[in-house]
Amino acid sequence: MRKGFLSVLATVALLTVASTAFAADASVIATISWAAALGMAIAAAGCGIAQGLAVKAACEGTARNPEASGKITVTMLIGLALIESLAIYALVVSLILLFANPFV
Amino acid sequence: MAADLHPIFLVEEALKAIGLTTADGHCLIPGNVLHSWVVMAVLIFLAVKATKNITLVPKGLQNFFETLIEGLENFVVANMGEDGRKVFPVLATLFIYILFSNYEGLIPGLDAPTANINTTLSMAVFAFVYYQYWGFKLHGISYFKHFAGPVAWLAPLIFVIEVIGHFARMLSLSLRLFGNIKGEEIVLVLLFILAPIVSTVPIYFLFMMLKVVQAFVFFMLTMLYLKGAFEEAH
Repeated sequence: MRKGFLSVLATVALLTVASTAFAADASVIATISWAAALGMAIAAAGCGIAQGLAVKAACEGTARNPEASGKITVTMLIGLALIESLAIYALVVSLILLFANPFV
Repeated sequence: MAADLHPIFLVEEALKAIGLTTADGHCLIPGNVLHSWVVMAVLIFLAVKATKNITLVPKGLQNFFETLIEGLENFVVANMGEDGRKVFPVLATLFIYILFSNYEGLIPGLDAPTANINTTLSMAVFAFVYYQYWGFKLHGISYFKHFAGPVAWLAPLIFVIEVIGHFARMLSLSLRLFGNIKGEEIVLVLLFILAPIVSTVPIYFLFMMLKVVQAFVFFMLTMLYLKGAFEEAH
């Protein structure tokens, strides 16, 4: 019940913001800036947590078995690259919003 | 505001000075193409210079390139087995080219060609076509088993997912390199606006490492895709 109420409230809030946002040009830019900054921030936060977990596991693995450090490093680098690409997608979306927005 | 600021690229200015401009005053040749030409010129020059007087005991440039290429070859052979020697020249070329392109972005007055989505996408398309070519060459028509998954009756479903996954590799390869290099350049510009020199010099050392990492990641992922195309379907 509470969850449903909250989501309805959030939708109403979003709709109000959206209707004011597209009323004038300056506020459109303000909304786009908010979207780009917040999107990048959330992506960076999630990416940071995930990469931290990966590095933690790699460090523990190396501490337990130092001989396997070469293989662990390579695997960790691949994993970090794949995790990082998620944040990079958010960056690209932010860049598109800011510099190549198709709707503005 | 920020819209008035624009970087000055030496090669583009030189081309404009000799009159190679479009009607609206821009350079006739796109910036990323020009800067990749610069990288090509530098690499050809270095290659000629390094192999001009080959000695048994390497020194100077020859020593540098031997160390680099031997390290890469050992890495590829350790990961792919002896088959890796067949594709090693392409992989090493990708690594060295991307590395030098990335470093070009750190030189004032020049720009990294990899900070443009067109350059990275063309390399990703090449990597994709190349490993599919090797897959079909080695396995013939049974290469399609790679896409079918282990269970026969699920094959039509898995096939669609696998094909999408293979095309997504192209997307992720190109966007990762582009986003990283472009992001680093934006960070450099922003730091330069905030506090010139003082803040940009320390971050240069970080970025010098990160650019190697990005070149290595592109090289390594291409190698893993080639390894996947080389091995038998199970």
